Amino acid sequence: MSKKIGDVILDLQNISLRFGGVKALTDISFDVRQHEIRAIIGPNGAGKSSMLNVINGVYHPQEGKIFWHGNERKRMEPHMAAQQNIARTFQNIALFKGMSVLDNIMTGRITKMKANFIEHALWFGRARKEELEHRKKVEEVIDFLEIQHIRKTPVGRLPYGLQKRVELGRALAAEPSMLLLDEPMAGMNVEEKQDMCRFILDVNDQFGTTIVLIEHDMGVVMDISDRVVVLDYGKKIGDGVPDEVKNNEDVIKAYLGAGH
Amino acid sequence: MPTQANYAAVDGLHTFPRLLFHHARVRPNAPAMREKYLGIWQTWTWADVADRVRALACGLASLGFKRGDNLAIIGDNRPHLYMMMSAAQCLGGVPVPLYQDAVANEMLFVLQDAGIRFVVVEDQEQVDKMLEVSDQVGTLEHIIYDDPRGMRHYNQPFLHDIHELMEMGRIHDRNHSDFLTAEVEQGHYDDVSVMLYTSGTTGKPKGVCQTHAAFIAAAQGGVQVDKLGADGDILSYLPMAWVGDHLFSYAQALVAGFTINCPESGETVMSDLREIGPTCYFAPPRVFESLLTSVMIRMEDAGKIKQKMFHHFMAVAKRCGADILDGKSVGLGDRVQYWLGNLLIYGPLRNVLGMSRIKVAYTAGAAIGPELFRFYRSMGINLKQFYGQTETCAYVCLQPDGQIKFDSVGQPAPGVEIKIADNGEVLVKGPMLLKEYYKRPDATAESINADGYFMTGDAGFLDEDGHLKIIDRAKDVGKLSNGAMFAPNYIENKLKFFQHIKEVVCFGHDRDMVTAFVNIDVGAVGNWAERRGISYAGYTDLASKPQVLELIRECVEQINADLVHDSMVADSQIHRFLVLHKELDPDDDELTRTRKVRRNFVAEKYKVLIDALYEGKANQYIETEVKFEDGRRGKVAADLKIVDAKTFPIVKKAA
Repeated sequence: MSKKIGDVILDLQNISLRFGGVKALTDISFDVRQHEIRAIIGPNGAGKSSMLNVINGVYHPQEGKIFWHGNERKRMEPHMAAQQNIARTFQNIALFKGMSVLDNIMTGRITKMKANFIEHALWFGRARKEELEHRKKVEEVIDFLEIQHIRKTPVGRLPYGLQKRVELGRALAAEPSMLLLDEPMAGMNVEEKQDMCRFILDVNDQFGTTIVLIEHDMGVVMDISDRVVVLDYGKKIGDGVPDEVKNNEDVIKAYLGAGH
Repeated sequence: MPTQANYAAVDGLHTFPRLLFHHARVRPNAPAMREKYLGIWQTWTWADVADRVRALACGLASLGFKRGDNLAIIGDNRPHLYMMMSAAQCLGGVPVPLYQDAVANEMLFVLQDAGIRFVVVEDQEQVDKMLEVSDQVGTLEHIIYDDPRGMRHYNQPFLHDIHELMEMGRIHDRNHSDFLTAEVEQGHYDDVSVMLYTSGTTGKPKGVCQTHAAFIAAAQGGVQVDKLGADGDILSYLPMAWVGDHLFSYAQALVAGFTINCPESGETVMSDLREIGPTCYFAPPRVFESLLTSVMIRMEDAGKIKQKMFHHFMAVAKRCGADILDGKSVGLGDRVQYWLGNLLIYGPLRNVLGMSRIKVAYTAGAAIGPELFRFYRSMGINLKQFYGQTETCAYVCLQPDGQIKFDSVGQPAPGVEIKIADNGEVLVKGPMLLKEYYKRPDATAESINADGYFMTGDAGFLDEDGHLKIIDRAKDVGKLSNGAMFAPNYIENKLKFFQHIKEVVCFGHDRDMVTAFVNIDVGAVGNWAERRGISYAGYTDLASKPQVLELIRECVEQINADLVHDSMVADSQIHRFLVLHKELDPDDDELTRTRKVRRNFVAEKYKVLIDALYEGKANQYIETEVKFEDGRRGKVAADLKIVDAKTFPIVKKAA
């Protein structure tokens, strides 16, 4: 691999998040470097998705600081994340089931569209030219993910593995610099997982996209990640390259539940 | 061969590169190739194609590709791969397309046999295969790839992006502007234009060397019979290594000057078909079958009125559609009904199937059921069969318009001579015959007899209208004791087209009459029995029901009535048959894993039944050991009733 891992682009310092009296995250710090694949793992309820939602601006931590490209980030809303070129997929697929694959992926381009509502509705002026350009971009994504054959199929009719791929497609259509993947391989069979792994690696390699992913499948995580952070009960218990994490006693304990 | 020259020397255009540059001159702006890329059909005109071929050929030359070299081509149908074929031919080289889904080790033999130095592949997947075997091939020097995706980290110096090759070629062309024209001028119609490897079900694959003249003759014949013009469109989706694709998508396209269309991917063929609406289409029978099934299933979900309309007009089409297509006389009432049906049903249906513009559709490769064949023809789709081998450029017999018989492969194509050998084997001669098997003079000598006829290995006969009927592989054909020909497969296939019959084994070699074992199709017959309130306990029970025997007898007699019209096979009417008490099964070694009957094994295992058939007994008790899927063994026993079927007197035609 010739890919170059760059500087820290996202730095989370001493993040704590509470919902009323429930502590979801406690004093967590880690960073994400440019072009790397960063995995967040941990048992159920460890706070992985909360962590992703903090990065994405859905949740706002009570304590801690977040630095994005070196600047401290103030309170942020999800649509601002999108404008900062952070895209994501969801644990339970969040696509428009009645719309075609093409249209779903097209929605990933919305933040890039400049024409106003009237222009779009009447398909005149900027809207026309713009749509053609966006369509081209979307077709590149379709080609990249090898889903040409379902371009016009309503998403609701597709098998689960393909829906996951379409969701990745929508995220990619936004041309993100950082991609957040919430359990991209949950519920997939071995072949679908292999495909998804290949796409994640290709995205990272060809577009240089930084990827933060949550995943349960340890084999997958250890194979494709550059660095892994391990959470348990809202606390960070491990952080490092896969081999380090694999041999970390706390991590082994958390996963095997031994020695309590 | 003088016959070849006669066919090929039209206007001096007797090689494919000359044809290509001819089209680029005559119709530079007409579309030559289309490919769907990023959701949009991209078009290359003849001028574009000629320009690229020129660049590619010069690029190959600057890499050291020489006259007589072989160029392996591996990948899905892509415009650039077709262009590479022409590029190799420009330099007097020979393209060797390989089946793209083969694993690396299967490709190894061909790569070694053809002494491949240059290979052009579609994508990373194929590059990986080449890298895997390159040490074993030994001769491999350069790998050119079309799709750069995933190739970023490959930096071996012998790997070339096809665009890089084109760039090299353009520079070469600027520096030696006369080079390519001179190379093309050197090309001769008797040069080998392509090498297609036979699949090699028996022994090692053999490289069939076909000349420019042979393929041009084959293409011209086909274009002439089916009147294919330069305004046509064809969907090129079958493997490039298959002789049919080479004939339709390469040879005919260059001869007639029509457009080839490459689908986006293997999975999008059906929707691409609808978008392109080709004028000429080829598919094996199972594709036509699955298309029909999908139509029928969707029809069942349609509303009452639509269903009624559909069934009414399909009945009209069944009655007179095929005759109208064949230009036979049909009553006014039916004509009006058919016209209405065309407006309401057939036209829209053809549109859904992507066949609105079809002038001719072909099928080959396996026997097609008469019902299926008639369905498409009655809807106004000019579906035809053809017959040919790799060794004959897939060009021996064609079905001329207006003379379509579903059980024949048609009349000898223009320029082709057919002779039936004494053992029933079909022998052919003509301009389309192979030059030789590559480096295999022994095999070449074996396949072509002293009179210059190619021995097809198929047994067949010409009927009274001169249509060829293929009945069997020649080695399976036997003789009845009265000397008449006995072709078991032919009869069995006829019977298997009935939905109630799953498998048939016929006997008759050295016997005085033909008899048969029948396996019923438990799904279809079970369904049939249910509707009639016949209760049954399982296959054995169902197979012994008198009503079922009666049903099968009707099928057999229908076939007998059919056979009597062909003097060659009239003696092969089935006199007696029985329905077996168990299904023939690969687990019991009665079928091969590809579900072909192991004839001799069955004959030996059920000898007692065969004896009973020929001794005139009315029934026979049998007990057979069977293996169940879980490995246990059991016994099936039954007292089988032997049924006599009505046969028909043979009417000898006054000669």
